[in-house]
Amino acid sequence: MITNEVVELSRLQFALTALYHFLFVPLTLGLSFLLAIMESVYVMSGREIYKDMTRFWGKLFGINFAMGVTTGITMEFQFGTNWAYYSHYVGDIFGLPLAIEGMMAFFLESTFVGVFFFGWDKLTKMQHLTTTWLLALGTSLSALWILIANGWMQHPVGAEFNYDTMRMELISFSELFFNPVAQVKFVHTVAAGYVTGSMFVLGISGYYLLNNKDVAFARRSFRIASGFGLAAVLSVIVLGDESGYTTGEVQRAKLAAIEAEWETEEAPASFTLFGFPDEDTMTTHYAIKVPYVMGLIATRSIDQKVDGIKEIRERKHHRITNGMIAYENLQLLRQDKTNQAAKSAFEAHKDDLGHGLLLKKYTENVVDATPEQIDAAVHDAIPRVAPMFWTFRGMVLCGFTMLFIFAASFYFNAKRTAHKQRWLLRLAFYGIPLPWIASELGWVVAEYGRQPWTIANILPTHLSTSSVEPGQLYLSLAGFFVFYTVLLIIEMYLMLKYVRLGPSSLHTGRYHHEQEGLSHV
Amino acid sequence: MFDYETLRVIWWAILAFLVCGFTVMDGFDLGIGMLLPFLGKTDDERRVMLNTVGPTWEGNQTWLVTLGGISFGAWSLVYATVFSGLYTGMLVLLFGLFLRPVGFDYRSKLPDPRWRSSWDWALFLGGLVPSVVLSLAVGNVILGLPFQLDNELRSLYIGSFWDLFNPFSLLCVVVGVSLLCLHGAVFLHWRTEAELAERARRVIVWSGLAFVLSFIAAGFWLAYGQDGYLITSAIDPNASVSPLAKTVTKSAGLWLNNYSIYPALVLAPSIALFGVLLVIFCSIKRYVGTAFVVSSLVVICTLMTAGGSMFPFILPSSIHPASSLTVWDASASRYTLQLLFFATVVFMPIVMAYTTWVYCVMRGKVTVKDIQDNQHILY
Repeated sequence: MITNEVVELSRLQFALTALYHFLFVPLTLGLSFLLAIMESVYVMSGREIYKDMTRFWGKLFGINFAMGVTTGITMEFQFGTNWAYYSHYVGDIFGLPLAIEGMMAFFLESTFVGVFFFGWDKLTKMQHLTTTWLLALGTSLSALWILIANGWMQHPVGAEFNYDTMRMELISFSELFFNPVAQVKFVHTVAAGYVTGSMFVLGISGYYLLNNKDVAFARRSFRIASGFGLAAVLSVIVLGDESGYTTGEVQRAKLAAIEAEWETEEAPASFTLFGFPDEDTMTTHYAIKVPYVMGLIATRSIDQKVDGIKEIRERKHHRITNGMIAYENLQLLRQDKTNQAAKSAFEAHKDDLGHGLLLKKYTENVVDATPEQIDAAVHDAIPRVAPMFWTFRGMVLCGFTMLFIFAASFYFNAKRTAHKQRWLLRLAFYGIPLPWIASELGWVVAEYGRQPWTIANILPTHLSTSSVEPGQLYLSLAGFFVFYTVLLIIEMYLMLKYVRLGPSSLHTGRYHHEQEGLSHV
Repeated sequence: MFDYETLRVIWWAILAFLVCGFTVMDGFDLGIGMLLPFLGKTDDERRVMLNTVGPTWEGNQTWLVTLGGISFGAWSLVYATVFSGLYTGMLVLLFGLFLRPVGFDYRSKLPDPRWRSSWDWALFLGGLVPSVVLSLAVGNVILGLPFQLDNELRSLYIGSFWDLFNPFSLLCVVVGVSLLCLHGAVFLHWRTEAELAERARRVIVWSGLAFVLSFIAAGFWLAYGQDGYLITSAIDPNASVSPLAKTVTKSAGLWLNNYSIYPALVLAPSIALFGVLLVIFCSIKRYVGTAFVVSSLVVICTLMTAGGSMFPFILPSSIHPASSLTVWDASASRYTLQLLFFATVVFMPIVMAYTTWVYCVMRGKVTVKDIQDNQHILY
C-alpha cells in the first residue's frame, strides 16, 4: 500500500532534483549555440579574437556542462527508482523518446564535447566548427525528445490501455511525435534556453565593459548576445507555451488555474493582470482585468471560449463516475477474459479509467466510493489556483523585463554606443538571474499545473510511485541535499573565479590581467 | 516485418550489446579512476592518466545513459523493478557517478595541490563505487532478486540494502573490480609511456590473475551451490502476456541448462578465461593494441557468460519465481519494439562511426611533456 508520505516525499525529491537540473540545462542549450555562432564568425572572418571568445565562453560552458551531465543522470535514474509503477504503466510510450534521445542526441553532444575542448590543434578549422555545431545540435535534439516525452504526459495521444499487460501501449508514433503540445513546448523551452545563454553572455560582457576590461572582447560578445537574445526572447514570448493550453483537458484546467478563471466567460475572455485569487470563495479579489487579451493569447481567436474552473469540475464529476464503471469491468475482465458483457462495458468507458483511479487515493476498491469521496476526487482534479496564478505572472514579468534589456541592447548596439550606456550595462549584469527565475517558475507552471496526474487523465500521481519505504526516501533526499549543495558551492566558486579572470584565463598573453602580470591560474 | 518472438530475441541481443558496449567503453574509464591515486605518483602523471580518456570518457558514459533509456522503453518492467528494488544501491551508484563529470572537468582548473588531490580521490571513488555496485547488482540478479508482482503488476521488493552483500555477490564484485582494473590498465599501458606504462603492466598481471581465480570460483559456485531458474509452463513467445501467467521452478544447477541446449555457449567462459592469459602474454610482449582488443573480448565474454546462462530470464525472482521477468513477458509492445529497433539500427552505426572518428583524431600516447605544454587546456 502506497502511503501519502511516500507520494509526497517522492514528489518533493523529483521537483527538487528537476529544478536543480534545470539550473544547468538552459545555459547549455543557449551557450552551445552562441559558441557555434562565435566560431562561425571566427572561421569566416579569420580574426583570432573570435576564437578567443569561443574558447573563453567555452570554458564557462564546460564548467556548467559538467553539472548538467551530473544532475541529468539523476533524472533518468529517478523514473525507475521512485516512479516504478509509472515506468511500468507508460514505459511503452514514455520510454521510447528517452531511448531515442540517448542514441540520437546524448551520444552526439557527449562525444563532440570532448573534441570541442581538446581538438583545437588536431582538427582543421572547418572540422572543429562542424564539431561545435554538432554539439549545439545535440543539446537541442535532446530537448526535442525529452519534450516529446513531457508533452505526452500533458496531453497523451496515440496510446491505448492493454488489460493483458496492465499498461498503456503505443499505437501511433506519428501522433506521439507530432503532439501539438510537445511541439509548442519544444519551441518555448529551447528558445528559453537561448535567452538564458544570451543573458549570461550579455550580463558578463556588461560587467567587463563597466570595469573597462578587455573592451574589444566584451563589446563583440555583447553584440552577438544582444542579437541572438532579442530573437530568442521574442520567440519565447510570441510562441509562448500558453498557445498549447487549449489542447487537451488537463492543459485547459491548467489555464483556468493560471488565470483564476472560476466561471467560463463569454468569448473573448479577459486577462486578469493582477488580483488575489481566493480558493474557498472561488473569487479573485481586487482583480484588474484587461479585456480580450486572454482569449487572444490562449485561443488565438476572438470567438472561442476559455473554460472556467466550475465547468471543468462538473465534467470531472461525470468522468469519475464513468471511471468507476471502467474499473469495475476491468476487474471482471481480468478474472475472466471471455466475459463479453464486461468487455463491452469496459471498452465503452475505458477513456475514463484514469478518472476512476483518482479514487484510489480514498478507497482501494474504487467501486465502493462514497459521494463525499467522489467530491473530494473532483476537488483534487484541478491544481491549486494561487501558486499557479503567481508563478505564471512571475515568469511573464521576467520575460518582459528581459525583452526590454535585449531590445535596448540591440538598439544601442545598432547606434554603436551600447558600451557607453552604463545604466544598460548595469541592468544587463543584474539581470543575469532573470532567465533562471523564469525557467524555474515555468517548470512549476507546467508540472505543478499537471497535478493530480503524472499522465494527464490516465495515471494519477499517487499511484505512480515505487513501493519504497519513507526511510529510504529520507535517506536519498538527505544524500541529494548534501551532494547538490556541495557541488553547487564548488561550481559557483569556479564559475565566479573564471568570470573574474575573463579571457586572461586562456593564457594567450593578450588580455587584461596578463598585461598587468596578475595572472596566477 | 518481424514477428513478436523474433523481435523479443533481437531486443534481448540489443540489451546485451548495450551492456557489453558500456562495460567495454566505460569500463576502462572506471578502471583508470580506481587506479588513479596509486599509479600516478606525481601530479603530471595523474594528469597523463586522466587525459588518456579525457576527450572520450563522456561519450563512453553515454552507453550507460542509453542503456537506461533503452531498458525504460523496451523492458519497462525490468527497468522499474531493478531501479526501485535496488533503491539504495542505485542511489549509491548515482552518487558515485556524480563525482566523475565534475572531477574530470574541475580538477585541473585550479593549481592548489589540496584541491587536486581531493578531486583525485573523488575520481577514485567515481571509479570504484560504480564498479562495485554494478558488479554487486549483477551477482544479485544471477541469484534472483526478492521481489514479487501484485495483481496490478506493481513490483514489491522485500529485502534490504545490506542483503545485497551476500557471499556470492561479493565474489562477483571481485570478478568485476579485477576485470575493470585489468581493462583500465591495458588501456593505460597502450596510451602512456615510460614508468607509468610499466606500472600499468604490473597491474595487468595481478588483476588478470585475480580475475581468473575469482571467475573460476564463481563458475563452480553457480554450477553446484546456487539455484538457477527454469520456466515450467508452456510459453507462447508471440503473445502479449503478463509475467504472472507462467510457472517457474528454482533449483541448483539450472543455470547450466543452456549449456546443454546451446553447446556453443561454452565458448563465452572459455574465451574469457584464456583471453585473460592472452592479455597478460601480449602485455609482456608489448603488443599493447592487441592486448586491448583481447581485453575487450574478455569483458564481453564475461558478461555473455552471465547473460547466456540466464536466457530467457532477465530478472529472476527469488521469493516468487512466477514473478520472474523473462524475454517473453517483460518486453514492450510489438509496435514499440519495432520502432525502437529501427531507431537502433539507424542511430547506433552512426554513433559508432563518429566515435571511431573521434578516437582516431585523439589517438597517440599522452606524455608528461604534452601536459606541461598544454597546462591550461588539458584536464
